[in-house]
Amino acid sequence: MVPITTLHYLVVAAALFVLGTIGVLTRRNVVIVLMSIELILNAVNLNLVAFSRMWGNLHGQIFAIFIVVDAAAEAAVGLGILIAFFRNKETIKVDEIDLLKW
Amino acid sequence: MLNALTSYLGSPVTPGQAGNQLWALIYVLIIFAGVSIAVMAMNWLERKALAHFQIRLGPMRVGPHGLLQPIADALKLMLKEDIIPSEADKTVFWIAPLIGLVAAFTVYTVIPFGPSQAVSDMNIGILFMLGVSSLGVLGIVTAGWASNSHYPLIGALRSSAQMVSYEVAMGLAVVSAILMTSLNTAGTGTLSMIGIVQAQQQQGVWFLFKFFPLGFVAFIIFAIAMVAETNRAPFDLAEAESELTAGFHTEYSGLRWSLFMLAEYAAMIAVSAIAVTLWLGGWMRPFPNLLNAPAWEFVFSLFPGLTFAALAGFAFLGTARMPSHSFFRIQRIGLGVFALLLAFLALVLFVIAIAGRNTDTSLAAHTREGIDYVYWFMLKVAIFMYLFIWYRATWPRYRFDQLMKIGWKVMLPISLGVLILTAIVGVLIP
Amino acid sequence: MNPALNVGSAPVGTPYFFYGLAAAAVISGLLVITRRNAVHSALSLIVTLLSVAGLYLMLYAPFVAGVQIIVYAGGIMVLFLFVIMLVNIDRASKERQFNRIWPVGLLASCALLALFLGAFSKGRALLPERATQLPEGINTQQVAALLYGEAGRMGQYTFAFEIASLLLLVAILGAVIMTKKKI
Repeated sequence: MVPITTLHYLVVAAALFVLGTIGVLTRRNVVIVLMSIELILNAVNLNLVAFSRMWGNLHGQIFAIFIVVDAAAEAAVGLGILIAFFRNKETIKVDEIDLLKW
Repeated sequence: MLNALTSYLGSPVTPGQAGNQLWALIYVLIIFAGVSIAVMAMNWLERKALAHFQIRLGPMRVGPHGLLQPIADALKLMLKEDIIPSEADKTVFWIAPLIGLVAAFTVYTVIPFGPSQAVSDMNIGILFMLGVSSLGVLGIVTAGWASNSHYPLIGALRSSAQMVSYEVAMGLAVVSAILMTSLNTAGTGTLSMIGIVQAQQQQGVWFLFKFFPLGFVAFIIFAIAMVAETNRAPFDLAEAESELTAGFHTEYSGLRWSLFMLAEYAAMIAVSAIAVTLWLGGWMRPFPNLLNAPAWEFVFSLFPGLTFAALAGFAFLGTARMPSHSFFRIQRIGLGVFALLLAFLALVLFVIAIAGRNTDTSLAAHTREGIDYVYWFMLKVAIFMYLFIWYRATWPRYRFDQLMKIGWKVMLPISLGVLILTAIVGVLIP
Repeated sequence: MNPALNVGSAPVGTPYFFYGLAAAAVISGLLVITRRNAVHSALSLIVTLLSVAGLYLMLYAPFVAGVQIIVYAGGIMVLFLFVIMLVNIDRASKERQFNRIWPVGLLASCALLALFLGAFSKGRALLPERATQLPEGINTQQVAALLYGEAGRMGQYTFAFEIASLLLLVAILGAVIMTKKKI
């Protein structure tokens, strides 16, 4: 079998990125949109760690750790917004959240 | 063959480091078998000990002094009807116990029973353990949700909120122990479990007693947090029968419920093993530096045999005290056979201790060292197991808001304080 | 052959592990975006995150894999599951799941995929394969040296580390305030 090169990892990361983009653009459920954003961030992380191994230093891994931290903060705040909004208007569909004042 | 065995037993690295898949697989199978037997023994010990705490006898009928009760329980659970609620989500209902079980058993990959007796000595051992035990929360949440009934859902949410809160205090206590590993001569610490015990060995003190009382307070925080992590009394509001009709595993019956019980006991043994590794010196015998004459080495290597001889003595005493009615004849014979087995095991351990009493590279010496490491480790873990049962018998359970208040307002500040003080003291004292 | 001398040999079965983990990641990613039930989506995302953690282990990044399991799979996904159970409306899973303009989204994503594949095939020669591997046994210590500094000097990313902890503090405060009923 062909040995596993960096390109293999980049292709997997690209596939995850595209799946996340499809999720963000087509789903109506807000929670699933947020989960697709997490998919995108994971794809970026995989890219960074693959390149970190290719170049032989650890800067990519450090960047990946920071992205994980950032994703945690963003998920917490995003879900907080969702809960605060859900209290007012009982919906979690993206296209029903379309008025500035309800 | 004998050469391979000798060279394997004397190898300085774990099978995971050596890339030796066969021995790693053998270790994994031994761990599976050992943990299953330990869970059954723990089940029996819990019922007998709780009963004796409450001045009653516990199971006495099934085997001599109820020794076969866990087998009867396992048979009953396997033969029970498997009830699935009609509106439940069947896939998630089926997966939930498996998530908890896998999370509980995966921790055993990094637990060190000796300096090379672990499945694999990962560089991130403690991080791996913390991460995999936080996966157990997912099993509980999905179990509560999949049952499609309000008692399990509330129980699951409460239980997982409790576990997540106490994970924070647990993690900080672990970090302060890891900080102490970096105070050795090399200047860098380590996250690997074997490295932590070797750091204690090199610094000549169990981390429990280092910078007294800082190590001790960190240990107490971890001991309380691990009881809360495994949903045991006094933090078992989510699964107590009088509160929420068994909480998140209400709708589970038969074999599925036994998987939850297995996961809970396995998690208990795993976190006790972590506590022993981090603070109590892992596989080291007491006083390795103070009493380091070869005579003391020999005395301490007799301890495994002495323990089993004492257990055999208790079993013989039980045989002698059985009522001499014809109803009890089979129990008497059974207990006698069990006592003879324990005595035989004690004899084997004595022979190994005497045959391998020098520290050379023979098979007997390596076997003796391995048995000593595993024995001291398991003795300390067994003490923790008994403490779990003692807590359950003695203390009333906390109300849920009291539980969360303790987790966030008491344990978190204390563990932060211990961490900062450990760092300051570690820098000031060379 | 003495099994103890097998220290540091080449990893075994690498293509099988890679293809297995990659397939698990992509298939569960597909399940994330297509499931009707949000809890099934969340469980599929957990499988994706664990597969990606396995891929990090293959890339000689055990610390990032550990952080991924603790923070992502053990923290963020528990948060997602809690919120799904809080806002779970049964009638939402019986309605239409995808947007009215989903073909446009699909087309845009396919264009993106084509762009990626084009970039990979054009730039294939720019990816050198080094012979040296990252040392796995001291990965944590090296990461710590970059993050915290060593031998009395500040690390290269210490300032960024402090900013990240400030970011987490702001996120905690924001999440707490946003979910209060009366500010």
